Amino acid sequence: MVDRVSHTPEAAGLLRRLRESHGPLMFHQSGGCCDGSAPMCYPAGEFKTGGSDVLLQELEVDGVDEPVPFWMSSSQYQYWKHTALTVDVVPGRGSGFSLEAPEGVRFLIRSRLLTDEEYAELHG
Amino acid sequence: MTVYAAPGTDGSVISFESRYDHYIGGEYVPPAKGQYFENPSPVNGKVFCEVARGTAEDVEKALDAAHGAAPAWGRTSVAERANVLNKIADRMEENLELLSVAESWDNGKAVRECLAADIPLAIDHFRYFAGAIRGQEGGISEIEEGLVAYHFHEPLGVVGQIIPWNFPILMAVWKLAPALAAGNAVVLKPAEQTPASIHVLLSVIGDLLPAGVLNVVNGFGVEAGKPLASSPRIRKIAFTGETTTGRLIMQYASENIIPVTLELGGKSPNIFFDDVAAADDAFYDKAQEGFTMFALNQGEVCTCPSRALVQSGIYDRFLADVTRRTELIVQGNPLETATTMGAQASNDQLEKILSYIDIGKQEGAKIRTGGARAEVGGDLAGGYYVQPTIFEGDNKMRIFQEEIFGPVVSVARFDDYADAIKTANDTLYGLGAGVWSRDGNTAYKAGREIQAGRVWVNNYHAYPAHAAFGGYKQSGIGRENHKMMLDHYQQTKNLLVSYSDKALGFF
Repeated sequence: MVDRVSHTPEAAGLLRRLRESHGPLMFHQSGGCCDGSAPMCYPAGEFKTGGSDVLLQELEVDGVDEPVPFWMSSSQYQYWKHTALTVDVVPGRGSGFSLEAPEGVRFLIRSRLLTDEEYAELHG
Repeated sequence: MTVYAAPGTDGSVISFESRYDHYIGGEYVPPAKGQYFENPSPVNGKVFCEVARGTAEDVEKALDAAHGAAPAWGRTSVAERANVLNKIADRMEENLELLSVAESWDNGKAVRECLAADIPLAIDHFRYFAGAIRGQEGGISEIEEGLVAYHFHEPLGVVGQIIPWNFPILMAVWKLAPALAAGNAVVLKPAEQTPASIHVLLSVIGDLLPAGVLNVVNGFGVEAGKPLASSPRIRKIAFTGETTTGRLIMQYASENIIPVTLELGGKSPNIFFDDVAAADDAFYDKAQEGFTMFALNQGEVCTCPSRALVQSGIYDRFLADVTRRTELIVQGNPLETATTMGAQASNDQLEKILSYIDIGKQEGAKIRTGGARAEVGGDLAGGYYVQPTIFEGDNKMRIFQEEIFGPVVSVARFDDYADAIKTANDTLYGLGAGVWSRDGNTAYKAGREIQAGRVWVNNYHAYPAHAAFGGYKQSGIGRENHKMMLDHYQQTKNLLVSYSDKALGFF
């Protein structure tokens, strides 16, 4: 099964550090202005997901005991579903209430188009 | 042309402090944990001050000060509060250049925009709400003979406000003016990307407000914003930002059963009908400028007209004309008044914009101009500059659906009116939109059918006080910039008074 979301080694390193300080983690992809169009990282359960969200991936991160779920609102996913996402990290400042901001870094999404075969596998 | 000296150098109109603490109870208070973070200028990427890294303890202290000040401030006469707001406006006007240069240095935007838009609009905003609160009336309803309902507007008490980084002073003022006019005390958290200019504003106006009425706690969202937004000691929270944080703030608000106002962005369509190019005249020139407005504030505007929809009859000609117009944009030192586009506000913002340019290319969108980081060189080499970029593509592409928050416009062609409206409304958001036509009926009809809270007809990016601003759909809740915002900072007291001596007869 093709991964809808993966992550870079740099993101894995940051997730390990955040896991140590904050416990189990989760992502919710934001839309909209300012710090939007970027993934937000919270302590697991901090952000209440519901019927309007879709769980894109349970990220398996080396050195983190449990998978890190990656969520997005389903309405937003309708416009994203032809792409595969990679969670990366860049130097930066500020990110809503996302956990990594005080570290002077910011999670960032990189994207690539799914191949026709991958798209068929995911969406039939 | 004027070139303002960089802050801290000879001849500059402003010298930032080397460190900013929290502003609590009318004075500067160091952070409880003693931690600070560095604040770089997007103009050159160099740190120019450090700022208190606030935590829950600091937020509590600010809430103490606000609760101490709120009762007396809420009882002042509307004339008194209006006078204070007018004095704030006057003081800002006397310090236009100081505030403008501070804003440009903290945010990266071109100083010409601060001088002509950000600060003058903020000044007028205070004056508007000074007038609005004087003009506001309660109600008296005679329910029946001897039974009268009085309706009073009362302040909420203490409110929290979380401010974005794209217009740090103006967005703070959009929230402060109605809150203060209505008689509330405020705890405000500026964005961590742009934490300094609000303190320059406080140095100009701080003495005009009673201590504790306005408190500013700096810091990161997770460390200072969250304790503020989730506090049971605020009666309302206002936020401008993005959808996930907006939802989280609503979630916290639901735990405390308090109201929220949210402004969460958009993906605003800017529609150009064929008749725009019917003559090569002043209107056609204005329409081209209207297209190029995607580059205002480096595209870091919630209502950035980032989807241009152009009718097929004029598509090729119009796109050639607006590409030329876009290529006239002058990038360079934001402190030169000849510079028309400045730096993006942060490195991560720059990276995000470049990641969207990448996905646009992968999806097959065609770059008409721009499409890369701008190399400005010299003293500005460490700054965060992006070329103004025009993509041609299809509304289903991600660059047409997500807020890039940079100087990037995605252009699509439409054949007829129905096609234009369908594409314009094919978005999760509904904050702003533009309609350009010489035909009043077409423009009116389109303006009414577009699902957005603000539709500019034959103009774009005007933000006068007295014109309501806010979103449909996922763009948020509430209307700023208008007296109706007073309702969001007030609660209604109904006094139901009987002037009769007669018992009802039930018991």
